[in-house]
Amino acid sequence: MNQDHIRNFCIIAHIDHGKSTLADRIIEQTGLLTSREMQAQVLDNMDLERERGITIKAQSVRTVYKAQDGEEYIFNLIDTPGHVDFNYEVSRSLAACDGAILVVDAAQGIEAQTLANVYLALDHDLDVFPVINKIDLPSAEPQKVIDEIEDVIGIEAQDAPLISAKNGINIDQVLEAIVHKVPAPKGDSDAPLQALIFDSLYDSYKGVISFVRIKNGRVKKGAPIKMMATGATAEVVEVGIFGAGQFIPCEELSAGMVGYITASIKNVRDTAVGDTITRTDNPCSEPLPGYKPVQPMVYCGVYPADGAKYPDLRDALEKLQLNDAALFYEPETSIALGFGFRCGFLGLLHLEIIQERLEREYNLDLVTTAPGVVYRVFKTNGEMIELTNPSNLPDPSEIEHMEEPVVNAEIMVTREFVGSIMELCQERRGRYISMEYMEETRALLKYELPLNEIIYDFFDALKSRSRGYASFDYELKGYEKSELVKLDILVNREEVDALSFIVFSGSAYERGRKMCEKLKDEIPRHLFEVPIQAAVGGKIIARETVKAMRKDVLAKCYGGDISRKKKLLEKQKEGKKRMRSVGNVEIPQKAFMSVLKLDEE
Amino acid sequence: MKNKDSLMLYIHIPFCERKCDYCDFLSFVTDEDTKAGYFKGLFKQLELKAELAGNIPVSSIFIGGGTPSCVDERFIYDTLMLVRDKYRVLDDAEITMESNPNSIRKEALSVYRNAGINRISMGLQSADNEELKLLSRLHSYEDFLKAYDAVRLCGFDNVNVDLMSGLPGQSIASFEKTLSKVISLKPEHISAYSLIFEEGTRFYERYGDGEGVVDEETDRYIYHMTQSMLKDFGYERYEISNYSRPGKECRHNLGYWVRRPYLGFGPSAASLFDEKRYSMHRDLKAFIAGDFSESVEELSLNARMEEFMFLGLRLTKGISRDEFFKAFNKDLDSVYKDVLEKLQKEGLLDISGRVKLTEKGLDLANYAMSQFLLD
Repeated sequence: MNQDHIRNFCIIAHIDHGKSTLADRIIEQTGLLTSREMQAQVLDNMDLERERGITIKAQSVRTVYKAQDGEEYIFNLIDTPGHVDFNYEVSRSLAACDGAILVVDAAQGIEAQTLANVYLALDHDLDVFPVINKIDLPSAEPQKVIDEIEDVIGIEAQDAPLISAKNGINIDQVLEAIVHKVPAPKGDSDAPLQALIFDSLYDSYKGVISFVRIKNGRVKKGAPIKMMATGATAEVVEVGIFGAGQFIPCEELSAGMVGYITASIKNVRDTAVGDTITRTDNPCSEPLPGYKPVQPMVYCGVYPADGAKYPDLRDALEKLQLNDAALFYEPETSIALGFGFRCGFLGLLHLEIIQERLEREYNLDLVTTAPGVVYRVFKTNGEMIELTNPSNLPDPSEIEHMEEPVVNAEIMVTREFVGSIMELCQERRGRYISMEYMEETRALLKYELPLNEIIYDFFDALKSRSRGYASFDYELKGYEKSELVKLDILVNREEVDALSFIVFSGSAYERGRKMCEKLKDEIPRHLFEVPIQAAVGGKIIARETVKAMRKDVLAKCYGGDISRKKKLLEKQKEGKKRMRSVGNVEIPQKAFMSVLKLDEE
Repeated sequence: MKNKDSLMLYIHIPFCERKCDYCDFLSFVTDEDTKAGYFKGLFKQLELKAELAGNIPVSSIFIGGGTPSCVDERFIYDTLMLVRDKYRVLDDAEITMESNPNSIRKEALSVYRNAGINRISMGLQSADNEELKLLSRLHSYEDFLKAYDAVRLCGFDNVNVDLMSGLPGQSIASFEKTLSKVISLKPEHISAYSLIFEEGTRFYERYGDGEGVVDEETDRYIYHMTQSMLKDFGYERYEISNYSRPGKECRHNLGYWVRRPYLGFGPSAASLFDEKRYSMHRDLKAFIAGDFSESVEELSLNARMEEFMFLGLRLTKGISRDEFFKAFNKDLDSVYKDVLEKLQKEGLLDISGRVKLTEKGLDLANYAMSQFLLD
């Protein structure tokens, strides 16, 4: 395959700016796929992703385009996940490309996330060219957006194609621009093999399928290969390219090509995203740059609602992990919730996706505890522990100090909401770094924020306080010393371990009070009075009381009511089953998640 | 098959002069032709089911509604004549009819007596005219007094008065007044329910499920007060909401809680027969057209034991271990040991002799009863 006729690129866009739709059009107009084969959105083949309008797992597709110059070009469109949780995966996908199409909504302009991804693309030396989408909207202001792109990002945009991906307007201009603006790959097919893994997938027949971009060299069936970072070795069973929604085996992959490799590998952890594949018999001297082992940022306890389902939950997590190297889990026990797992995620969205998949695909009813970040606890004996479960916090007397993760956050917001967003950041213990106006009406705010302040509901708060106009991106800055305490909840004077969480000491009282109020509404009345207390270091800081139940009787009952009455009793008993007993108090499962919703009111 | 030694009949009269805002029983305000059509259907159903009852003696009949007193008394008479003709009604059977104070007429009362009715249940609800208005009742307390006198004059010596507590805005004092007025009339039986805000009623639209409308403490105070006042005047509480002079318990009502078989007639009526529970559809037109279809639920052994407990515990005397054993050939304790001990520990159940709810247990009966459901 002649590299001159290969174009490896991705599409960068903010959610809803039309990335998937444009991808569909490109696939459609480059043929290789009849209209009948077209699913509504070919790239997003997971139901969950489609519902959320987000692409989670990077996918890739190869098509053939016959250009106006009469030549046929191979287009490898590499999809990138569209959420800050998956920043690292985005960076690896970008590293597999030579160019990028920047899609900007003609009505909405640039968003924080677009900007972050464009910078990421420029960092990877990609040639980025803009496309203005949704030009047929009444509110479209293409010229304004073009100026904005030039001012803010500093790339040429005057000749950007003005398109409507939805209605198929000017897609041909995009196709030609790909040929002319995305550079051809410049690898050396005769050099030792260097293949970048930008994604992987577990298939029960083929084992792990690694998605690769061949930077140098060539690879075919039978080649002895090695993953340079993980050290795993294997023999190639099959190589191939990506049809739309299917794998098409081929003879060989060579420099510049994008495709897949299977090698009977059983564990996705062996083929980490960002790792370099080379041959064991003729290895390259250096791996490709940029590899980082995945690191969960957010942890929470995941328990089966029905204790007997613990093995099912373990099996489900095992299966999910085959496809998701970023998912971490280890068994743990809770006095309140029994056997379960401490799970680590890239971020809250990742957590929600896994939780939903466990419930939907594996039919599990789950109880999850409040998500937390990884704290560093420095003990007086010089030891440092990384704390992922609040219950494991050492005795305060053994703690020298603690540190929490802090992120650099960039928030893009229209002028009128700058005040309320700054206020939000202050409330969340943000440290103001800078503010610059991108143009007259929009500002880019930079803050340092503790990660634990943004994992709960920061996105929601941001949206509601800016009426949906703010966009947000962040990256981990590092750890900083902080005054942190463990907030315990006592129900009927017994500590409920699954309700404990780590909190900034200055927020402990407020959180404790809200938590008690919330639990008071969640915990049903018992035959006796149930005090709910919040405590820090054994000292009670807030209290509410669930009054004893005085009346629970159906005064009137007739012969005709008996079946109905039994249903009522069944419902009552069934409700009990969905509760957890702590001491002699029944706590509904959803109460364990109520801490998540403290700031909504 | 056990329990075939006697049978009860329930006859539903789904008509009222006006539908009360709190009521969710099946009832219609309609014309005379519809009523006549209805009784035609009812007679047919009585004839059809007579085969089922065979020779089993009928120990009680309850004509409820709706408002049985609002239809022409000849329909009631004809109904009971037909029942006597087709069923083996015992000489001493209890035959009750429900009535509303505004629709009871002297002429009708003697017809009821001649038809064999020996117990009259009167829906008073409150002796406070403002409260009666709130309940959208069509009668005043004075109307009730007149009707009550007429019933007594006609010779009925077994009378029930229905009362209702827990009305929106009702004070403890006003209920106390109602209670004392009724006690002075010396009815044999008093039912004192606390109002349930049923879905689908106008009350529900107005007040929701009643939470916050009626203070729980007040509601319980009234219940406890009712019990102690009535006790002083010779009424025993025999069921969660029912009180009577000794020996004047409503036999029909008791029958429900000891799972005596019964056949129900008319739309929405239920039956328990051959350990199956039947429930008739609620479509009046279809009934008149001769559709007597019923849904059937066959009761498993577990379902029967559950019912034995949660129905039996509505009675203040509770249930007996012997009867449980006789019914199911199982020891009560072998089935329910943990539940019995748990509820005893919680102070809701007395298990020393007959197993019965304590006073606190009666207040929290739903919780206690739900524990007897088997998995």
